[in-house]
Amino acid sequence: MWLIGPIGFAAPWLLLGLIALPILWILLRAVPPAPIRRRFPGVALLLGLTDDENQSDRTPWWLLLLRILAVAAAIIGFAGPVLNPQNAREGSGDLVIILDGSWAGAPSWQARIDRVDTLLTEAALADRRTAVINLSALPATEELPFAAPGDWQNRLPGIQPQPWQPIDPAAWFTETTGNFETYWISDGLDWDGREDLLAALETRGGVTVFQTPRQNLGLRPARFEDGEVIVSATRSPVGNPLETTITAIGLDPAGVERQLAAVPLIFEPGEAVAETAMVLPPELRNRITRFEVTGRRSAGAVSLTDDALKRREVALIAGRDDREGLELLSPLFYLREALEPTADIIDGTLDDILLANPDVIIFADVANLAGTEAEAVLEWVERGGMLLRFAGPRLAASDQGRNVVDPLLPVRLRSGGRSVGGAMSWGEPKTLAPFAEDSPFFGLPIPDDVTVTSQVMAQPDPTLADSVIAQLTDGTPLVTRTLAGDGQIVLVHVTANAEWSSLPLSGLFVQMLERLAVSTRPSTPDAAELAGTTWLPNRVMDGYGSLEDGSALPGVAGEVLAEGIPGPDLLPGLYAGGDRQLAINVIGEDTVLNVAGWPTRIAIEGMDVVRETALKGWLLSATMMLLLIDVIASLAIGGRLRGPRADVAAALAVALLWTPDAQAQTAEDFALRATTEVVLAHVLTGDAEIDEISQAGLLGLSQTLFRRTSIEPAAPIGVDLENDELAFFPFLYWPVTADQPLPSREAYAKLNRYLRSGGMIMFDTRDADSARFGSGSPEGQRLQAIARSLDIPGIEQIPPDHVLTRTFYLLQDFPGRYASRDVWVEAAPINAEQVDGMPFRNLNDGVTPVIIGGNDWARAWAVDANGRRMFPVGRGMSGERQREIALRFGVNVIMHVLTGNYKSDQVHVPDLLDRLGQ
Amino acid sequence: MTQPLALRSDAEALAAPLPPLLAEAEHLASAVLLGEHGRRRAGTGDTFWQYRPAQPHDEARSIDWRRSARSDANFVQDKEWQIAQSIILWVDQAASMSFGSDENLPTKGQRARTLGLACAILLIRGGERVGLTGLRLPPRRGEAQLMQMAQLLSQEDDTDYGAPEAQGMLPHSRALFISDFLGDIKPIEDALLRAADRGVGGALLQVLDPQEEAFPFDGRTIFQSMTGALQHETLKAGDLKTRYLDRLAERKDHLQNLARVTGWQFQTHHTGESATNALLWLYGALEHHS
Repeated sequence: MWLIGPIGFAAPWLLLGLIALPILWILLRAVPPAPIRRRFPGVALLLGLTDDENQSDRTPWWLLLLRILAVAAAIIGFAGPVLNPQNAREGSGDLVIILDGSWAGAPSWQARIDRVDTLLTEAALADRRTAVINLSALPATEELPFAAPGDWQNRLPGIQPQPWQPIDPAAWFTETTGNFETYWISDGLDWDGREDLLAALETRGGVTVFQTPRQNLGLRPARFEDGEVIVSATRSPVGNPLETTITAIGLDPAGVERQLAAVPLIFEPGEAVAETAMVLPPELRNRITRFEVTGRRSAGAVSLTDDALKRREVALIAGRDDREGLELLSPLFYLREALEPTADIIDGTLDDILLANPDVIIFADVANLAGTEAEAVLEWVERGGMLLRFAGPRLAASDQGRNVVDPLLPVRLRSGGRSVGGAMSWGEPKTLAPFAEDSPFFGLPIPDDVTVTSQVMAQPDPTLADSVIAQLTDGTPLVTRTLAGDGQIVLVHVTANAEWSSLPLSGLFVQMLERLAVSTRPSTPDAAELAGTTWLPNRVMDGYGSLEDGSALPGVAGEVLAEGIPGPDLLPGLYAGGDRQLAINVIGEDTVLNVAGWPTRIAIEGMDVVRETALKGWLLSATMMLLLIDVIASLAIGGRLRGPRADVAAALAVALLWTPDAQAQTAEDFALRATTEVVLAHVLTGDAEIDEISQAGLLGLSQTLFRRTSIEPAAPIGVDLENDELAFFPFLYWPVTADQPLPSREAYAKLNRYLRSGGMIMFDTRDADSARFGSGSPEGQRLQAIARSLDIPGIEQIPPDHVLTRTFYLLQDFPGRYASRDVWVEAAPINAEQVDGMPFRNLNDGVTPVIIGGNDWARAWAVDANGRRMFPVGRGMSGERQREIALRFGVNVIMHVLTGNYKSDQVHVPDLLDRLGQ
Repeated sequence: MTQPLALRSDAEALAAPLPPLLAEAEHLASAVLLGEHGRRRAGTGDTFWQYRPAQPHDEARSIDWRRSARSDANFVQDKEWQIAQSIILWVDQAASMSFGSDENLPTKGQRARTLGLACAILLIRGGERVGLTGLRLPPRRGEAQLMQMAQLLSQEDDTDYGAPEAQGMLPHSRALFISDFLGDIKPIEDALLRAADRGVGGALLQVLDPQEEAFPFDGRTIFQSMTGALQHETLKAGDLKTRYLDRLAERKDHLQNLARVTGWQFQTHHTGESATNALLWLYGALEHHS
């Protein structure tokens, strides 16, 4: 193979022919176009006329160029040009192709599989035994699964990326025996044990690595920080700035999974980690089930959320109520109002509440707790609970935390509290001071109208300042906080109702509650807590990051879960234990992605598979096209395009160029054929025999109509539901076959329009000999499937006074080849009543849009080209009688279609005559 | 039309009363023979033409006494002129006439023969004597003459371009030349002048193919006459068009002049047009000034 750039030539010496092109040019140039000989009597007048001097007798240059190009294209074409020729990989002996097969490879998995496919093809050419091994899902056997490359090519679709990284495959490889060459399709990420494996493989033979420097993104679990959801992602390799989008996905109120929010995530150049905050209304935040990096199909780009983002459970406990019915004065009223939208509120006694293990317990003006209760609450707080206390008259009056620090109060309190700005006190009501920077409330705007008239006072002591997270303008603490164990205790020095301050009336109250409540997270369960528990997989993730139902999978021991390292034993996903949910994500809080580096002795190839493209066909077609153009151009030059025979050429050109018009022509023909005379039509089922019988049947019916009635139909037409217009036909006969394809949406639209605008379809399941109407014969089932999308009204069996029984012949039976009475038409309106003295009810106006039956009418009607009956009906004379009745039914049907309820109107004749005074 | 009874087998032609040419000519002539065709002037003849008051130069025996008795003046009965004229036809039978550009169009020769014969039929029915030039068929009257004429006209000539023979023209007779007049103009000129010398008037009908008028050619072309004797090669036929058309116009002009000088009438007919028009013109042209 000889290469010029990306193009190689199979037979390069043929290109020498290109040298001959200039000679060809000169030759062609010397030869003028061949003359046409024409008989022309007027030649006598031409004698002596000479051509203009400047007129060249040579072929024009552009025609020469065209021909040279054609010849050049032919020469190059025959030289066998190939775009991106592939050099066969050399090698012999056994070959092992290993794939990292981790989530990192998922986004470009197909490229990897293509690469493996190409390698296998090459191995097949070199007749090498091969084994393909996904390191993330090692074979269960201890032997290398060698097989012919062709076998592996068939099994390639079964190799899928796993949502974890290889776990110590070197150990597995050391178990195996034999020497082999290794092709290693790397995902580009480093993982533990990779060097070991490389060393193990190198002892067996050469290793070639296929790896492309591709950005891998890992989305870390989202976390809360100061009311915002912080999402962060890490990447590898670190390099240019990268902008991507993180979407939060969850169920909408209708239970449909959809994108709830999206934020751009920007990696600064040289930064491996990017972080962004999502500010979401609690309603949305509670709904989030996972975060995704948009456009990355990888388990690493998906981060499931668990309880961490869920609604808080808040328990409200008020001091003893000694009054009733004063709802607005209830110490819990404003709390309830504020928390209801964002939290699950638990009511009950303290004992019960503690069992429910809420995230937050709020004491509104609760002073004293029984000793065991206080201990239990403290224990709960230390395990991560948050106790929020509001002051009040009771707390102020109690001795709680007066001299010693109450463990359930952040500060010591002075007795009595104070009251400012009231009717009996000096001073103005106090307002809030701006929040300090280290306060969780920092940044919240303070409304001017929030005033405090009473409060409990903290005992000044050296540590007081550390505890204060909100204070009044005069420096007295309003909110104090202390940490206890994993949890915290917060005291608001005013009441939770509007008695002491207007704070509960303001929006600030809600925001403060939100800041406080949100910043309490359930602690991550540790191994000790998880020990002995079993967690059931709820949803599990595959390598592409799509979630599947995991309920069929076995439970996972808490110890495994505690480790949190995804692997074959612990699929990433959402695990449920009791009322808690835990998310196992591929990427942890502090997972770092590293590029897989390789020693210099390892050959690294790219992943791209370039396909060989043989250009020969294109070039030869180009040659043909050029020669065709040359033919036309030569004709034009030689005057053969114009002149006496030009009309032929023009006609030919028109015929070539205007083929689409032929279609339009046929559509028009079809319309003309269908509309110039009354035409019965049948639906083409695709079954040639059935279509032929339908055609013959309608022909027989048409002939009968022609002979006996004033309807004189033309030859029937088969109608293709997909392509033909139906509006031309008053009547469609539709034989239902079991394997008939369902009409397309457009065809259904057409059919429904047809039915609504007065057309009639006669469905014939042709199975009345063996099946009853509605029974599960294959045709019947097909009919149900077909009719499901049709606009068919309620139907009933033909009643004895239906207009079909008397449109032309008086009939009570409607046989075809079979004589079942199961023939159904549109049901009569409910209010149809038989008037006294009338033979018939005044039935539905208009034509029944459907007749449904299985009597195989077409076979009974069918005649061949010579007018002979094609199929026997019944036996002997009674059979002929049945055929006669079948034909009469056909006549009645067509009469009904064409005349509508005309015969039905006959019942009004006596009335009309009466009115006319006759 | 090399066979006198062409287009049909011999037996069929024998059974038929007229050769196809004659039939065609009859058909064409019948289209014209609708109205009067008498001479419509007083002269020697048998049929009554008109009564006119007797003039002094009228002989007494010519007075119609029956008419004169009904009034005071004397009347003379005029008879319609019934002197038979001799008309000589020349229809070009040379090879150039066998050109037809389109299958749907008749060749020039076919059209010329049909027109000539139709004219002859009309004239013979009108009581004239019709013959062919060159002593081949002296003017006679009667249907038999038509048969013979049809036979002679069906023959074809080998020469490229035909030339009329001025022999056999009776003095003061009339003549009809039908040709494409594309060949050498000299013999035609001679013939016309000689005819004029003898006091023969008549009509020239130039029959041309539409292609000869349009010259729709282009590219390198070798034009050949119908026998191939003459040929002309050009590299760009399209460029010759205007010059060819000029020459054709010049030729027509020349013929027109010639006709005017000799007292003949000239007309060009194209095979793409209706033959009836040409026949009407021919009939009128021969009727005039007779």
